[in-house]
Amino acid sequence: MAAPEPEAPPTAPTRAKDHSPWNWLLFIPIVVPLIPAFFNGDSPRVFGFPRFYWLQLAFILLGVGTTTLVYQMTKKRGGR
Amino acid sequence: MWRDHLTEIIVFSLLFLLVSVMGFVAARWRAPKDMAHLDEWGLGGRSFGGWITWFLVGGDLYTAYTFVAVPALMFGAGAAGFFAVPYTIVIYPLVFLVLVRLWSVSHRHGFVTPADFVRNRFDSPVLALLIAITGIVATMPYIALQLIGIEAVLKTMGVTGDNALARHLPIIIAFAILAAYTYQSGLRAPALIAFVKDSLIYIVILVAVIYLPYKLGGWGDIFAAADAKFDASPNPNDGILLNGNNQLQYVTLALGSALALFLYPHSITGVLASRNRDVIKRNMSALPAYSLLLGLIALLGYMAIAAGVKPLPGAKEGTVDSNTVVPLLFDQQFPDWFAGVAYAAIGIGALVPAAIMSIAAANLFTRNIYKEYLKRDASAAQEANVSKITSLVVKVGAVACIVFLDPQFSIDLQLIGGVIILQTLPAVALGLYTRWFHRTGLIVGWVAGMGLGMWMLYQVASPTRKHFGGSAFPLSEFGFDTTKTIYVGIVAVAVNLAVAALVTLALRAAKVEEGVDGTEPDDYFADEGDPRVTPGTERDADSAREPVA
Repeated sequence: MAAPEPEAPPTAPTRAKDHSPWNWLLFIPIVVPLIPAFFNGDSPRVFGFPRFYWLQLAFILLGVGTTTLVYQMTKKRGGR
Repeated sequence: MWRDHLTEIIVFSLLFLLVSVMGFVAARWRAPKDMAHLDEWGLGGRSFGGWITWFLVGGDLYTAYTFVAVPALMFGAGAAGFFAVPYTIVIYPLVFLVLVRLWSVSHRHGFVTPADFVRNRFDSPVLALLIAITGIVATMPYIALQLIGIEAVLKTMGVTGDNALARHLPIIIAFAILAAYTYQSGLRAPALIAFVKDSLIYIVILVAVIYLPYKLGGWGDIFAAADAKFDASPNPNDGILLNGNNQLQYVTLALGSALALFLYPHSITGVLASRNRDVIKRNMSALPAYSLLLGLIALLGYMAIAAGVKPLPGAKEGTVDSNTVVPLLFDQQFPDWFAGVAYAAIGIGALVPAAIMSIAAANLFTRNIYKEYLKRDASAAQEANVSKITSLVVKVGAVACIVFLDPQFSIDLQLIGGVIILQTLPAVALGLYTRWFHRTGLIVGWVAGMGLGMWMLYQVASPTRKHFGGSAFPLSEFGFDTTKTIYVGIVAVAVNLAVAALVTLALRAAKVEEGVDGTEPDDYFADEGDPRVTPGTERDADSAREPVA
């Protein structure tokens, strides 16, 4: 077991950051790619790709966009 | 015959030799003062920045087997194989939310494995032992599968023999070299090699997805060829779109695989090796580049259909080895030297995850079995040493699995591996958020989830086999009047959670001792530079403070 630690550093700002409401946005790229009704179809085709394929590949951009946005909005102000 | 593939074999061997040298040199790359510590050997000094983490974790999660098996699945079953794309989209927001907390608490307490965390959080060596054993058992067949990836390539190059030993000699040599440099350089070896591996894969795939559609008449023709093949097949569940029966399976498999992937010890090892929280979070935006790559690789399966590839025969009479479709496609459509580069990308692609997996399994053994039960006062140097030796044992075990057992056995075990690693979700992932569950509840839930998962997998039949035929469980077995199927792991973990919750309520009512939480709320947000995060150089003074953490 961990021994009692020495004096605790100030934690309030860190905690506020981690509990940011922006984090809720991350559920979008978790839920949307798991709804077959969105992507399980053939039309419209893009460059010959049925919707099933191009839309799921496009969801990658949704994931990237969301994680980037949340990272930017929650990162430490001022930086290090 | 191998003589027809001489150019391919030469290119493959040269690139393989190059990364072997890199693996040994890696010990001196970003060299620590003292390599005889698990943080150095097993976690690369916990110092990797954005780029290294990107290559390392990318090389770790997207294994050679994935690159070979996913297109093989598309070739055989169509749309169902594309689950790899949603699977690798969903995982990153999950890591962003969950594993960043694990990084923080691990950094502050010096945890090396997920089981270290569980032991401290729930004050239960037994639960930690279960988590560690689950991790090791789930990882072993995964390592063996990497060998199947290499074998698919060797087979296509005609490097085979008449008996089991001659046939497996090349992979035995490859793994011996891998074992030697992993022993010497630890996590630094796969981190350095990952640069070569991933660069090769990106080049090969970009060329392939631009050139092959041009040669095969465009994407429209490729999809049309795939559609025609599935229309003609007697299987009702293949096709270029999902049908009513397999949609539930598709999404539960994607979600379950994503949850499983980030619980696998090797993913956690990759994440814990990064320098700070920002590195991890930024990587969650950058790693999906690999998902795009994987999506394109998956479509190679359809290109193989359009190109009329016929897979090589399997180990048993009358079977085909569909893992050979991608190597064959390259052999057929590209000049020999380029096919050689592609094969090297797959071959080296097997080494990176195999090294990280063996390190992760070795760390679990060292921290949660050796140190916990065999030698409680082990020094940091002894820990590192035990881990190094264990990593050798793990690799010998993986090679033995492939040489002496039917490769199908490893595939079955890996299928089981995904289901069983999911059973650590309540303790590891939910444990990062709440200590509401009672430690005994988690143990009972684990037992229930494991038991149910095994039973369900056993019940799944495929056209060729009666048991362990896949992970798509027909809901009719539960008495539902439907032809829908669902991923076994999701059901098992749901039952695991329900049982854990019920037992927790009962134990709490009976006022059973819950143990002491060794972590504090703000441990989960600690970052690099935090006064209580252990910096690499002062570690030794610090490790005395927390003997059994």
